[in-house]
Amino acid sequence: MEAKTKDLWVFVETNEDGTAKNVGIELLTPGKMMAGKQGGDLVAVVIGCGVDEAVKAANEHGADKIIVVDGPEFKHYTTDAYAIALVSLVEKYGPTSMMIGATNNGRDLGPRVSCRLNTGLTADCTALDVDEETGNVAWTRPAFGGNLMATIICPNHRPQIGTVRPGVFKKSDAVEGKAEIVKEDLHVPVDQIRTQVLEIIKELDSENVDLEGAEIIVSGGRGVGGPEGFETIKALAKELGATVGASRAAVDAGWIAHAHQVGQTGKTVGPKLYIACGISGAIQHIAGMSSSDVVVAINKDPDAPIFDVADYGVVGNLFEVLPVLTEEIKKARG
Amino acid sequence: MNILVCVKQVPDTTEIKIDPVKNTLIREGVPSIVNPFDGYALEAAARIKDKNPDTKIVVVSMGPPQATAALKECLSIAADKAYLVSGRTFGGSDTLATSYILYNAVKKIEELEGKFDAIFCGKQAIDGDTAQVGPEIAEHLGYPQVTYGLEAELDGDMLKVKKEVEEGVEIIGVKFPCLVTFTKPAWDPRYPTVKRKLAANRAEIPVLGDDAFPDIDTSRIGLKGSPTNVKKTFVPQRKTGGVKIQESDGRASAQKLFELLSGASII
Repeated sequence: MEAKTKDLWVFVETNEDGTAKNVGIELLTPGKMMAGKQGGDLVAVVIGCGVDEAVKAANEHGADKIIVVDGPEFKHYTTDAYAIALVSLVEKYGPTSMMIGATNNGRDLGPRVSCRLNTGLTADCTALDVDEETGNVAWTRPAFGGNLMATIICPNHRPQIGTVRPGVFKKSDAVEGKAEIVKEDLHVPVDQIRTQVLEIIKELDSENVDLEGAEIIVSGGRGVGGPEGFETIKALAKELGATVGASRAAVDAGWIAHAHQVGQTGKTVGPKLYIACGISGAIQHIAGMSSSDVVVAINKDPDAPIFDVADYGVVGNLFEVLPVLTEEIKKARG
Repeated sequence: MNILVCVKQVPDTTEIKIDPVKNTLIREGVPSIVNPFDGYALEAAARIKDKNPDTKIVVVSMGPPQATAALKECLSIAADKAYLVSGRTFGGSDTLATSYILYNAVKKIEELEGKFDAIFCGKQAIDGDTAQVGPEIAEHLGYPQVTYGLEAELDGDMLKVKKEVEEGVEIIGVKFPCLVTFTKPAWDPRYPTVKRKLAANRAEIPVLGDDAFPDIDTSRIGLKGSPTNVKKTFVPQRKTGGVKIQESDGRASAQKLFELLSGASII
C-alpha cells in the first residue's frame, strides 16, 4: 500500500494489567530520531485492556500522537485479535514505518501483519537509522547466530516494518506529555479469535522470568555444576533484584527450565548489567546477551571466550566469588 | 491426521568461524544440518503419530538440490514422504516471497497427498533467525497460528499446544487446520533407525521446480519479488579492553570486583 503520512508508528505492547511493556516505551527513543528524519510524527499505538497507564507512559516518553484501542478482547494477547486491530489501523492511517518490540508476542504479530499488508518485515533489529532522502529505514540485525550483521531496507513497500529487540534502546527521561490522544472504537468479534487459552501455568520456581525486560541478569552455565549450584546464582540475583538466566548447557543438563535460557535458542537480552557465571561463552550465548550495557564474567578458565565480551572478567571459582560478592552487596545496602 | 512439516537445511552456525584478516564469514567446510527447531517440529509430529498411528507426516523444504540430504534425514527419523521445492526463480527470496512460494507448494502437495490438518514449522531457522516464514505461511493460508510451541496433542477436533511464554507456559487450543511453530522442548528428538535410514537413502524425492506452480504470481517471488533486500553485511565489533581480575583467592577477587562495580555505580 501507499503511505498516507510520513508518520512513524511504535506498537506499544501492554501487559494484562494495562501497563506498557518496557520495549514499547524504549522504542519511542529511536522513534523520535527516525520520525524527525522522515519528516513525520512519532505515533504510539497502544492496544490492550484498561490501558491508561500505558497511554500515560507513551505520552511522557515522547509520542506526538497516541492511538488507543481498548477492549476486553485485547486483555490477553491473541494473534487474531491483535492482527485484525493493527492491520485496520494501518489501513486507516497509512504510516510510512512501524516498529514492534521483538518479544514473543511481537514476533508472533509482526509477520502476520506485514504479510497481510503485503510489505516487508525485518526481524529482531539492534540498530536503526533513516536515509533522509528516501525515508527508507536502515534496519540492522544479527544473523548466523550473531556472527554476521546485516542491514536491510524495504524501499518500495509501505509501511516498512521491523521488530526491535528489547533492551537495545533506553527509555528517555519522562517529561510532561503533550500528545494528541485518539481513541479508536475498534472491536474484534469473539468468533474471529481462533485460538483459546485453556490453561496458564506460571513457573513454580520463580515468579519472574522476564529476561527481556530485566535490568540485571545473573546467568549460570556448565560451571554451576548442577541444580543445587543455581542456589548460589539465585542468592546473588535476589540481592540484586535480578532475573536468573542460564546458558544452553545448563538448560540441556536439566538444571533449570528453558524459560531461563539466554542465547540463540533462548532469549535475547539487553540488561544494564549481565553477570555470566561459569559460562564459557559460545557464540550462540554471546549472540543473546552482547547488547548488555555492562558484562561481568566469572569463570575458572582464563581463556574462556566469554572474557572477550566482558567489561569485568574474574578468573576464579564462582562458588568462592559469588557468595562474597553477595555478602558485600548486602553489607553495602545495609 | 495429515501433518506437513516445513524444514530448512542450514549451515551449523556453531561451526562458523570468522576470517580474522578479511573479517568475513568462513562458510567452506561448515557442515549442513536440518535446522534444529525444524527437528523439534518433526518430533512433535512424530509424537502425535506415536499415539495416532494413522497419521501421515509429509516434509517439505525449499532450497538448493543439496537440501535433499536434509529431507532424507527427516525420512530416516519420522517422515513418510518428502518434497523439495527448488528452482532458480525462487533464489534470493526474502521471508515474504519464501512464504508465498511455500504457500503455493502446500496447495500443490495437497493435490497429491490430501489436505493437511496441521502444518508444523520450527520457530525460526538458525541462520536467518527471523521467525517469520511460519506465521507468513499461516497468513497466506488464512489459518490460525500458535508460535513457540513445546508440545502438541490431539484433543477431539482441536489441537492442544503447550506454548512457551515469558511467565511460564500456556495451553492453547486451536481448531484444524492450523499452523504451529516449535521451540526447544524438554526432551531430545528421536534418532533415525537403521531400517528407516536405508529406506530413506533409496527414497525418490519429488522436486517442485520453477514450472510446478503455473498460477504463481512471479512478481512476488525471488529477489525482484521481495520487499526487503540486504543493503550490506558486516562482522560485528567485539568489545575490547575489559578489566581482568585475578587476585590471590576468590574472596579477594570478589572484593575487587565489588569495588570496581560500586565505584563505577553499576551496582
